[in-house]
Amino acid sequence: MEVTLDFTRVKAIVEDYTEKVDSLIDSYADKKEQIISLLQDIQAEFNYLPQDVLVKISQKLDIPLSQVFSVATFFRAFSLKPRGRHLVTVCLGTACHVKGGQRLVDKVERDYGIKPGETTEDMRFTLEAVNCLGCCALGPVVVVDGKYESKMTLDKLNRVLKKYK
Amino acid sequence: MVEQVRKLLEKRVESPEGLESLRQAIVAKRDPQRTCISVCGGTACRASGAEAVVDTFLDEIERRELQVKVSLKETGCHGFCERGPLVVIEPKKIFYQQVKPEDVEEIIDETIVAGRIVERLLYVDPTTSETITYEPDVPFYKKQTRNIFGANGTIDPTNIEDYIAVGGYSALAKALFQMTPEKIVDEVKKSGLRGRGGGGFPTGRKWQSCREAKSKVKYVICNADEGDPGAYQDRSLLEGNPHIILEGMIIGARAIGSHQGYIYVRNEYPLAVRHARIAIEQAEDYGLLGKNILGSGFDFNITINKGGGAFVCGESSALMASLEGKIGEPKAKYVHMSEKGLWDSPSLLNNVKTWANVPLIINKGAEWYSQLGTAGSKGTMIFSLVGNITNTGLVEVAMGITLREMIFDIGGGIPDGKKFKAVQTGGPSGGCIPEKYLDTPVDFDELTKLGSMMGSGGMIVMDEDTCMVDVARYFIEFLKGESCGKCTPCREGINRMSQILSNITRGKGKPQDLDTLQDLAEVLSAGALCALGQTAANPVLSTIRYFKDEYLAHIEKKKCPAGVCRELVRFSIDPEKCEGCLRCIKECPTGAVSGEKRQAHTINQDMCISCGACYDVCKFKAVIKR
Repeated sequence: MEVTLDFTRVKAIVEDYTEKVDSLIDSYADKKEQIISLLQDIQAEFNYLPQDVLVKISQKLDIPLSQVFSVATFFRAFSLKPRGRHLVTVCLGTACHVKGGQRLVDKVERDYGIKPGETTEDMRFTLEAVNCLGCCALGPVVVVDGKYESKMTLDKLNRVLKKYK
Repeated sequence: MVEQVRKLLEKRVESPEGLESLRQAIVAKRDPQRTCISVCGGTACRASGAEAVVDTFLDEIERRELQVKVSLKETGCHGFCERGPLVVIEPKKIFYQQVKPEDVEEIIDETIVAGRIVERLLYVDPTTSETITYEPDVPFYKKQTRNIFGANGTIDPTNIEDYIAVGGYSALAKALFQMTPEKIVDEVKKSGLRGRGGGGFPTGRKWQSCREAKSKVKYVICNADEGDPGAYQDRSLLEGNPHIILEGMIIGARAIGSHQGYIYVRNEYPLAVRHARIAIEQAEDYGLLGKNILGSGFDFNITINKGGGAFVCGESSALMASLEGKIGEPKAKYVHMSEKGLWDSPSLLNNVKTWANVPLIINKGAEWYSQLGTAGSKGTMIFSLVGNITNTGLVEVAMGITLREMIFDIGGGIPDGKKFKAVQTGGPSGGCIPEKYLDTPVDFDELTKLGSMMGSGGMIVMDEDTCMVDVARYFIEFLKGESCGKCTPCREGINRMSQILSNITRGKGKPQDLDTLQDLAEVLSAGALCALGQTAANPVLSTIRYFKDEYLAHIEKKKCPAGVCRELVRFSIDPEKCEGCLRCIKECPTGAVSGEKRQAHTINQDMCISCGACYDVCKFKAVIKR
């Protein structure tokens, strides 16, 4: 099969990406201490932290690369690997734990072969376990792409996840 | 542009008198008898579908042209999250629970237009089967003292006028114009307020040492990095009443002489961030924040910083390191943060709830404030009452109430006829308290005596189906992941404890394990750098102290009495109860369950990995775990 690449389009995407990253980083030029916020903005854009962007941050803001890396790897919220199309967050706070949150993690692991922090090979789901989402009254809670699903059971999780392709 | 500037200038309040006349003007243009539909817009109610309810109300009101007769308001969290989405019809306070968009038409037809009650949406008390019509009569709210949290359910957090109408920012006016900074510090000291973030350090003393520290630059910080699993009151407060926190912070800044403040908030709390941002903008527009506050000549700014999701950043020095753009590693505390904190300047850091207490103390006076509570703990505390309990939600009570009153009178006891086993307080730094201590009054010192602590106010109730060894393992596992790794006792000690506990839950425990755990606990509390490590052993020590027989059952008999630790549990199917629905066969990951439709199924024990999937999906309670 012959594959034709539309180079103008690819180029546009790359340029768009560079421009966006540059302007994001530049907006933090006079508030270098807010690197955590900057990394959050970058992650919101790409859903992970691309390595070359970290290098760029270090160069542009004159922060040692080691410090950028230490912050990017210290905090739980950041991912250095690309994440799937859908982010499945299972709450494992104490209230959700005593109501069986771990079983939901086990189920995703059994059904999709991913542990917390991992992504399915087809990039469909990334599984994430968090410590508390603060909806303890509704536990166990699962959040898929920002949508809260409360009082989860294994059956309900089945139904919910099927909706995300 | 000119028009916009003029409008902004008009809004600015230049004096305390101006604030009072603004308040009167707001109150005058509002009719207290007008019907108002107030929908709870807290995160929990939103998760249950509150936004769709709001949209449907708006559509219906517009369609029927009822705008003149009725208004709609989206408030902060009311606290009774279990029953959300909550709708309260003002001024009578008719209380509808678990409202769906389909119910909206009926509420409008019956209650708004005809003035009747929709019986089926009322709350029925599960213990007495009594139907309750009005919000204040709900037993969940009755024993509470909602001094700080009360306004949450009545004001729209995105509208500063709602806060000003209930007397908001009058404490700030008083602090700026009628009190010297020394007098403010004095009042907070006299009130007996203690830090609500966990440690319970006397707030006034912290303020004083920060005031006395010599430096041109000082910082005020609000710690909203609520990391305790099972606690969410800080979020609800910041979401539902952000101005009360801003007001407290401005008063604190005035007291110590600071001009820059930070709110450090978890990234997982997007709604709290949004509402805090709106509140800061509005306070600036009204001249209550920024330059020349209320015409007093005092300047103060607040910036919001989002955290990166690290539990250790709730620790003051780690939080400040994170504000400086570094990783959240704590420092040794021979120098106090109130003398040398953020960028080595004196920094006053308090928890969200502590800041929220400040306007109350300034307005009503230390004497009034200190009447409430016990000898060593004054005022009220907001708890999140969660876990295996009938009425889940946020509860504000006067210090000194007993655990039993909280769990059984407010919380309505344990659901499904199960028995109470323990209540866990203080998050990962706290401990589990058994039934025989339920009559203990709740305050900082009493909880510490029991081997637990107040912490940030998480209160997780556990029933007979909870395994206490598993709970200890859960918290240690949590802390293992959250330890920053800087000091050896915490990094290695917690890791070792986690190995031992996970062995015990797998039936590989050794008789000497309990002694080893206790030795490790001693090393941790003596040698760890910060409170995370120093208190890490509390969940383990308290469960060994009160539930030693459960540990022994795991170690000696290789049994989990509660049936939680999977590797010590055998699953089988009760042929009497099994309906043969095939559901468990479908769910079993190893094919261990077999059987025909409408015939009792069986589990092949050699293939079973004890994952419990069959137990979880069985609708007939036919799967037995032993």
